[in-house]
Amino acid sequence: MPVIALAPDYRGEVRDRVENFHGNQLVYFGWDRRMLFCSPFTLPLPPDMPFKTLVSDVLTPLLAAHPEGASIDWSTATWLRAGQPFVPEPEASLVANGLGHKTVLRLQTPQPAGVGGSGN
Amino acid sequence: MSIKEKYALLTRDLGWDTTYQSMDAVFPQDKFEGIVIHNWDGWEDPFRMTMDAYWKFQSEKERKLYAIIDAFQQNNGQLNVTDARYVNALKLFLTGVSPLEYAAHRGFAMAGRNLRGAGARVACQMQSVDELRHCQTQVHTISQYNKFFNGFEDWTHMHDRLWYLSVPKSYFEDAMTAGPFEFITAISFSFEYVLTNLLFMPFMSGAAFNGDMATVTFGFSAQSDESRHMTLGLEVVKFMLEQDPANLPIIQKWVDKWFWRGYRLLTLVAMMMDYMLPKKVMSWKEAWEMYFEQNGGALFADLARYGVRMPKYHEQAAQEKDHLSHIAWSIFYNFNHAAAIHTWVPEENELDWLKAQYPDTFEEHHLPHLRYWQEQHKAGKRWTNPGLPMLCQLCQVPMAFREPGDPTQVCYREVKYEGENYHFCSDGCCDIFKNEPEKYVQAWLPVHQIFQGNCGGPTLPEVLDWYHLKPEAAGDYADSADRANWERWTNDNPKAA
Repeated sequence: MPVIALAPDYRGEVRDRVENFHGNQLVYFGWDRRMLFCSPFTLPLPPDMPFKTLVSDVLTPLLAAHPEGASIDWSTATWLRAGQPFVPEPEASLVANGLGHKTVLRLQTPQPAGVGGSGN
Repeated sequence: MSIKEKYALLTRDLGWDTTYQSMDAVFPQDKFEGIVIHNWDGWEDPFRMTMDAYWKFQSEKERKLYAIIDAFQQNNGQLNVTDARYVNALKLFLTGVSPLEYAAHRGFAMAGRNLRGAGARVACQMQSVDELRHCQTQVHTISQYNKFFNGFEDWTHMHDRLWYLSVPKSYFEDAMTAGPFEFITAISFSFEYVLTNLLFMPFMSGAAFNGDMATVTFGFSAQSDESRHMTLGLEVVKFMLEQDPANLPIIQKWVDKWFWRGYRLLTLVAMMMDYMLPKKVMSWKEAWEMYFEQNGGALFADLARYGVRMPKYHEQAAQEKDHLSHIAWSIFYNFNHAAAIHTWVPEENELDWLKAQYPDTFEEHHLPHLRYWQEQHKAGKRWTNPGLPMLCQLCQVPMAFREPGDPTQVCYREVKYEGENYHFCSDGCCDIFKNEPEKYVQAWLPVHQIFQGNCGGPTLPEVLDWYHLKPEAAGDYADSADRANWERWTNDNPKAA
């Protein structure tokens, strides 16, 4: 049952519909096994942003806050989209890469990982 | 007249069956949840509290409390706490817990209105008054600290807006927007009976250990009320279970849900115990073992004869006890520029204590980032998170919890409902959503609200201004006005005088 409610056929307002984000969509981004960042990020992004621009203009400056951020080898990095491995098309937009509103994108870089190899 | 007779007159004699309107029209909310009650007279309040006794007890407690608060204020009791870092536990309490006492006052008033049994109505109404009193005593007690430390002002405003306070707020609003039986199971049983020791023991013993006599006093003043509430919580669940076998699966689902919601809420308490008390009472891990695994385990063993089993995912909570407080502190350290409490890297003796309390996990998984932050801070570069976090749709805590069995990997759970993606920190939160998605698609998630432009503006200073968060209330303790003042007042540091 979608809800236990007094009113028959009660429906809730979907508060985070993509229309509410002024032309942007949300993409969640996490760097696996880097716990210095306590959690993944929420990024509001234009859906037509090319994937390579996401990497160069958004992720690179963001991850600079991590001591290993500057030395990421993006050419060997692997990615998960909604939990499944995928190979992004750098020139194509986020949407063309299957990264829709509220999709989780995860970056995986080779081990050993994190501060002192600790996963931090 | 005996107390028993007085109680019977109050709870039964004052009740009647309506005739101008049907009872179902007068009490429209006590059937839609599916709970079947055959005989409301089966409701027994073990305390049999009557109004005259109630007012007498409560006024006596109030007189004692306010006498002690007066003395505390006149003697500058705030200077007797172990360290000004401790005061941050009180900031968390006033902004996170006291508004819940007020919400409980409202919730029990509504439950009292909506249950058709007179005994249940009276019990709920008394609890409603208790909860209002608790909120009031906490505000009066803590007000003295507001004169000397930052972060206490505008606590009601902050409760409605500040990102991490949406965790306690949404917890209670979830309960209050349920039916009366779920509300009372959520608050009276799952929280007050099963989990309350994990809230009050750390704060009150923590206060006693750290020289905060004012807080100890409101704790004591609330204690006899709490024991009444706990007993009520257990009786309510037994009453429902005894009325009809159809009630069991509904109640079990609520027990599962509200155990997990309460447990996630206690994440804040775990951090407070292990990091915010300069003088420790016990670790979160020990507290969880004692108050949930042992005491809670005995309770559920007792309830087994009604067919109730342990709450779902209690094994995951047990597994997480080694990590919970560290995860929580990391969240607040990451986002301390937007929080009304200060954080810090613990001192060396405190790090030693954490190593000893968490011998299998702390040094491997949590100490490395604390050391990194320590170095950065020493170099004049206090580390902060450069973005905004991803939040769990259900508990609203940043997605910082770990995959069961893999403490180096964030746990992701995802559901598609009517074409939209929803994300969760755990199986527990994910299941709650799946049971009632129409309720939780409406969640007011602070990070999403910022990006929708509903929180004062697009920049961080605008959002903090909308929170009414003053810059001096946020940030690292080492750099805070609280610390500078404290050292001046206590002459810890002659140079600062």
